[in-house]
Amino acid sequence: MTASHSAPRDIAWAANSDAPGFLLGLYERMVMIREFEDGVKFLFLEGIMPGTIHQCQGQEATAVGVCTALRTDDFITSTFRGHGHALAKGLSVQELLDELFGASTGCCKGKGGSMHVGNMAQGMVPGIAIVGGGIPVAAGLALAFKMQRTDRVAVSFFGDGAVAEGAFHEGVNMAAIWNLPVIFVCENNLYGASTHVSRVMRDTHVARRVGGSYGIRAEQIDGNDVLAVYEAAKTAVAQCRAGNGPVFLELLTYRLTGHSRRDPCHYQPKEEREEWTAQDPILRFGAALVKRGLIDDAGLEAVKSRVRRDFEAAVQVAQRQPLPTTNDLTTDVFA
Amino acid sequence: MTTRNLGIAESLREAIAEEMTRDERVFCIGEDIAVPGGWGGAFTVTLGLEKKFPDRMINTPIAELGFFGVACGAAMAGMRPIADVQYGDFLLLAADQIINNIAKMRYMSGGQISMPLVMRAPVGATGRGSQHAQNLERYFTGVPGLKVVAVSNAYDAKGMLKAAVRDDNPVMIFEHKLLYGSKGARFEPGAVDATSDIPDGDYTVPLGKAAVRREGSDVTILGWLLMLHYSLQAAERLAAEGISAEVIDVRSLSPLDLETIGASVRRTGRVVIVEEGPKTGGVSAEIAASVMEECGEYLRCPVRRVASADVPVPFTPVLENAYRPDVPRIVEAAREVMQF
Repeated sequence: MTASHSAPRDIAWAANSDAPGFLLGLYERMVMIREFEDGVKFLFLEGIMPGTIHQCQGQEATAVGVCTALRTDDFITSTFRGHGHALAKGLSVQELLDELFGASTGCCKGKGGSMHVGNMAQGMVPGIAIVGGGIPVAAGLALAFKMQRTDRVAVSFFGDGAVAEGAFHEGVNMAAIWNLPVIFVCENNLYGASTHVSRVMRDTHVARRVGGSYGIRAEQIDGNDVLAVYEAAKTAVAQCRAGNGPVFLELLTYRLTGHSRRDPCHYQPKEEREEWTAQDPILRFGAALVKRGLIDDAGLEAVKSRVRRDFEAAVQVAQRQPLPTTNDLTTDVFA
Repeated sequence: MTTRNLGIAESLREAIAEEMTRDERVFCIGEDIAVPGGWGGAFTVTLGLEKKFPDRMINTPIAELGFFGVACGAAMAGMRPIADVQYGDFLLLAADQIINNIAKMRYMSGGQISMPLVMRAPVGATGRGSQHAQNLERYFTGVPGLKVVAVSNAYDAKGMLKAAVRDDNPVMIFEHKLLYGSKGARFEPGAVDATSDIPDGDYTVPLGKAAVRREGSDVTILGWLLMLHYSLQAAERLAAEGISAEVIDVRSLSPLDLETIGASVRRTGRVVIVEEGPKTGGVSAEIAASVMEECGEYLRCPVRRVASADVPVPFTPVLENAYRPDVPRIVEAAREVMQF
């Protein structure tokens, strides 16, 4: 991706992408994720929130673009970096915050935590935090959907690092030979933890490798353009529902925060980081909306303020939620 | 009631077919299954089932990690898969999915998820060298969220597989290569007759329960799979010497049925545990510790373990036979505890 240093690039307006409510909804959801992540980072660094965190600032367009193309009864698998996927798939800020605070009202009763957020009723399997682990699982969800003769679709989110795992090859291959309704979404943010893709791949064009190797349609998309992601996901979903899956989407994006905890990202060159910061997906989409006359700068600011207010209110609630009792230690092991 | 004498391979096949007929959510997934002219898995258990269930016999690439992950996802989405490996040793390739996802998904989801998944794995040293020979039980009994059973006869194999399919939790079933059948296509050197008279009609054998296979009053011998059969042979010899051995098929390796085991130990006060597999870190260590906690004050002497040496499984028959606990060693251990 050639990112311009200066102005954020425009987004790929699609023919039918002019419904203002829909577009503003995409924007608001991305802002909700950003505010959530920034807020959580503060709470974590202040020592108010327990555990560890892996965040997705800068990658909001991938989660929102893909999940907006899904129905509630479609399923996603996610990773240790799953807050954005959860919010995009319809989990509430409150149930996520409660989970991160370890409360019994959390989406996984406080037993999952940051790396395992999920809600089956919303179509999200708790995050699978072993790299690549969710890829065959998503193929399995899709196998079930196919055997049950439904038109539901499974999506597996994973990073560029997962491409080196055996689970990736095995899962994608099985989905391919069985035409499963599953979309493999590789969020290529250039780094597996601190290691740049060029150190672990001879050919860093993941979509080309997958398309050439597994006999499935594989596409590389500007992952910081929420509409481009949405349109690609919509097409992929339709292909899967029609029985012609799987599909592979490589979404080029960038992590504007540390891999985890207090990672200062010294491995990201300043130049590179600045280029990608200029192509921040929220910044880009906001500017594009303003340019189209759908909203003005004050309107964008109002969205942010509203979302932040809601987040802060949810934090107040989360800190007072009941914690599990020690009796809960041994429940939920077996059905 | 009419019965038919079947071996373990046949009884498992019947159980799978009956469960697939009863419940259309049940399906099989594994390597070299459902291949016309093929084997029905490495040990013929699923032979021919593809004729009756053409859409529910999923033959996979050689990708154990991948297809256990697929089974995990399908189970979460409301199916009831039966996943098998050709040799238990290959479970290690699938261990991430089994231990990190299949066993934990319910807990880390706060109880949202059910994982009705049956896993089958043949184990045991059988002239195949080190990597098609291990007893994998030890690696899975300590994993919270998994139920682990080991079947030593055809009646249990059918009944426990059916119970496992109907259970909403992941169940690992260990089978022994020398117990699938002692005649015909399944014969191999060292095979032991594990056939049972299988009743017509539906039945299940509950998971979680040990079974007293021979009653006795002097010493409790605990074994499972092939070692259960050797223990029964040892008990026969001991009887000729005037020693009355009670032989228990531990059968449920996780959870352990300490009620049945404890009741026996309280009467005999002497325990010999027989395990195929290296002694260090084996299931017998867990059983011994549990017996101490449960009813240690009833013991007249230290618990004895008869297990394999702490070495990989060797190939040459003379060494393999030395590796695998045998009837004379079990008899000797029982004689020793009778000194107390």
